[in-house]
Amino acid sequence: MANEEKREVLLSVRGMEVCFGKRRQRFKAVDDVSFDIYRGETFGVVGESGSGKTTIGRAIIRIHPMTRGEVLYRGQRINGRISRELDREVTRRIQMIFQDPMASLNERAKVDYIVAEGLYSSGVKYTRAEREAKVSKALSDVGLLPEFASRFPHEFSGGQRQRIGIARALIMEPEFIIADEPISALDVSIRAQVLNLMSELQKQRGLTYLFISHDLSVMKFVCDRIAVIHKGVMVELADCEQLFRHPLHPYTRALLSAVPMPDPRREKDKEIFVYDPAMHDYSVDKPRWVEIEPGHFVRGNEKELAEYRENVLK
Amino acid sequence: MSEPILSVRGLNVMFNLRGKRLHAIRGVDLDVMKGESLAIVGESGSGKSVFVKTFMGLLDANGWIDSGEITYNGEKLTDYKTEKQWLKIRGGEIAMVLQDPMTSLNPLKTIGAQIIEAIELHRPLRGRQSYEEMLSLLRDVGIPEPERRAKQYPHEFSGGMRQRVVIAIAVACRPKVLICDEPTTALDVTIQAQILGLIRSLKAKYNLTTVYITHDLGVVANVADRIAVMYAGDIIEIGTCDEVFYDPKHPYTWALLSSLPQLGEKGENLYSIKGTPPNLFAEVKGDAFAPRNPQALKIDFVKRPPYFEVSPTHKAKTWLLDPRAPKIEPPESVRKLAAEGVSGFGE
Repeated sequence: MANEEKREVLLSVRGMEVCFGKRRQRFKAVDDVSFDIYRGETFGVVGESGSGKTTIGRAIIRIHPMTRGEVLYRGQRINGRISRELDREVTRRIQMIFQDPMASLNERAKVDYIVAEGLYSSGVKYTRAEREAKVSKALSDVGLLPEFASRFPHEFSGGQRQRIGIARALIMEPEFIIADEPISALDVSIRAQVLNLMSELQKQRGLTYLFISHDLSVMKFVCDRIAVIHKGVMVELADCEQLFRHPLHPYTRALLSAVPMPDPRREKDKEIFVYDPAMHDYSVDKPRWVEIEPGHFVRGNEKELAEYRENVLK
Repeated sequence: MSEPILSVRGLNVMFNLRGKRLHAIRGVDLDVMKGESLAIVGESGSGKSVFVKTFMGLLDANGWIDSGEITYNGEKLTDYKTEKQWLKIRGGEIAMVLQDPMTSLNPLKTIGAQIIEAIELHRPLRGRQSYEEMLSLLRDVGIPEPERRAKQYPHEFSGGMRQRVVIAIAVACRPKVLICDEPTTALDVTIQAQILGLIRSLKAKYNLTTVYITHDLGVVANVADRIAVMYAGDIIEIGTCDEVFYDPKHPYTWALLSSLPQLGEKGENLYSIKGTPPNLFAEVKGDAFAPRNPQALKIDFVKRPPYFEVSPTHKAKTWLLDPRAPKIEPPESVRKLAAEGVSGFGE
């Protein structure tokens, strides 16, 4: 990257650890994860179910408390105890889009309340007229008619409901949006609409996205950089192009080999690579997190890293 | 490929919704060949699930077959009146794997009991024999330690493992035809690849004919011999896998293909289909896709296109194939797919 110096770090995660349960039942969902997200980029987190990718997103937005580590937003710590003003500020700046638009909207509320809900708790008093103006602006920004404000969620299709979910995030005028599997529950043709909408909004408003998904084919299309998570541990982090050109970690390669291709010739002789963590021998030679080429990090021990270096040169 | 095992002729399915009539399947013809693997692809609401439900007599109470016939191995399924007749077909001849493994198992019974139930319902095995058969089925679908797992309840299984159990139940009665309705939509890509591989290997092992239903063309390239594209209750294009991917003829198939992110160019907008599928309460005039097709011809709005044959295995319902039609090229991403395939996924 040529403009490395100019890029401003918007959000920085340092040594994040999230545990669930107590004592004997304690389960570490996220283990020592660190990364930076630059302003204006789309940062992808990919992994299987149970890998902890959703937990990372939820810990950033402070739904799950972290047991260790910190999250810095524009250099300021936002996890743990923070002042009330900062709390409000962060709530406004960081918003979330959820996976299943059928489950994430309040069925008993009308669209105007669903979209405006964040405004009520923002601490700022808005008059009714201001609120209505903001709601209809947010709705038209996502390509819905302002008249829809008086309807209930069940009157909308899946794609429209996801747009309502995006409008609800936009009304707070956020800088940073965490999108947790925003298109997995949608039909293929509607996926394209939602992806296009997200990228247009990014261009217009300079939004920064954290895009969480299990599907690398979508990530290749939307992400600038991608982090691969396995069982709560980050195993690889690279520029999108680098990752697809030189996938190094066996888990990344397994994920990549599983991506379905709309190309029968290619699919016919495709081999699916299954990742087995037992293949690593970390008993003596402990794994480290190493930058193997500029901007491309991978986890491995000395022996593996030597192999990875050869791969990169190829 | 041999003779058809299941053939559908001029099928029309109607639903009665709050006094209004919905024409869900509009005159579909289809032959499912013995031993093949057929994929039916379409958006939600295109009628693909309703269509296969008619094979098993599973239409909801407010739906009925208005006209047309379905023949399975010489038997006219459309003449069946009673549930008793259907029970011969369901499970024993045609079995189904549903989308969501979270809801298709009984949470109150162990996995083993549920599989044994299916075995004893359709086959003359009892006691020890059916227990052994259940264990071998669990092994077949790739569940490790079957003795221990058989005693567990569905909540103790992950999504992928549950889908394996559902598949075991489906093949337990030795069906001839296995219908998989979005078998992997609720699963991760890695698990999806495993489940599709599993269905393929079972197909070979038990000589099954498989019918996949999906909305994602990306998924079926690997598993389907033939692909039928469904839109607004009609099969608008059907051909071999290669024909549909590399030489699609119908503008709707083009649209479905070019909206796949695998084919998108980064930084550019993905192609997305404008508008919504037609309202099937009203009569559809002409080509059902015309209102959403920016390049639709005049005749598309007036007259419904018949099938035009592209090759003996490939036909499509679009006026573009009429000799008098102007030449319209498929979009660039579709042409690129035919020429170079998909690239950039780590070689």
